[in-house]
Amino acid sequence: MMEVLVAILLVLGAVFYLISAIGTLRFPDLYIRMHAATKASAFASGLMLLGVILHFGEWAVTLESLLIIAFVFLTAPIAGHMIGRAAYYLGTPLWDGTVVDELKQRPEALRREHTGRGEKAGESKESHNASH
Amino acid sequence: MAFEHLTVVQHAALIALGILNIAAAVALWRLLRGPTLPDRVIALDLIASIVIGMIAAYAVLTNLKVMLNAAVIIALISFLGTVAMARYLERGARQ
Repeated sequence: MMEVLVAILLVLGAVFYLISAIGTLRFPDLYIRMHAATKASAFASGLMLLGVILHFGEWAVTLESLLIIAFVFLTAPIAGHMIGRAAYYLGTPLWDGTVVDELKQRPEALRREHTGRGEKAGESKESHNASH
Repeated sequence: MAFEHLTVVQHAALIALGILNIAAAVALWRLLRGPTLPDRVIALDLIASIVIGMIAAYAVLTNLKVMLNAAVIIALISFLGTVAMARYLERGARQ
């Protein structure tokens, strides 16, 4: 019974990795691609390491696998956030069907970081005020 | 056949390794094609995560628990590489 559970967990984790990779290939935009690449792959690694825990059933393996799961679940959102912020500063274009760009509506959130893009947004706003 | 002495779990680990190979090939296609640099960083991060899954499946296939140490190291290094790349890109964007 436990063997079947381990087998299901391993194959399901691999399928989630495949879904994540296909999403990374097929989605139209960097920010949407990041959605597939970070969340689904973290979930898939959790599934596969849970299968490893159930397969070995020892304290040392359990602790090490839980360590990897905790580390992946902690660092995947941080890495995704940093890459997304850097990409936005670089001016990576958004998808045509994007509904809302909240950072564009709040230029002061970017200006505080003294980036090129934020300063440009701040300047355009100030010149807009000056023309009034 | 060579696969007759394998257990159910080992068959599942082999199938998982095959699926992970396909996933790594798909992610590699995005890595080669990616129009911008952050796309490639994302694809590299995904490939490192897929390698963690491969190590887990290989540990189950060969009954070697030592393999999990390699998974810890790869998780650490992929996070460090992604964060370093993000800092580098942001510094480039500030100029």
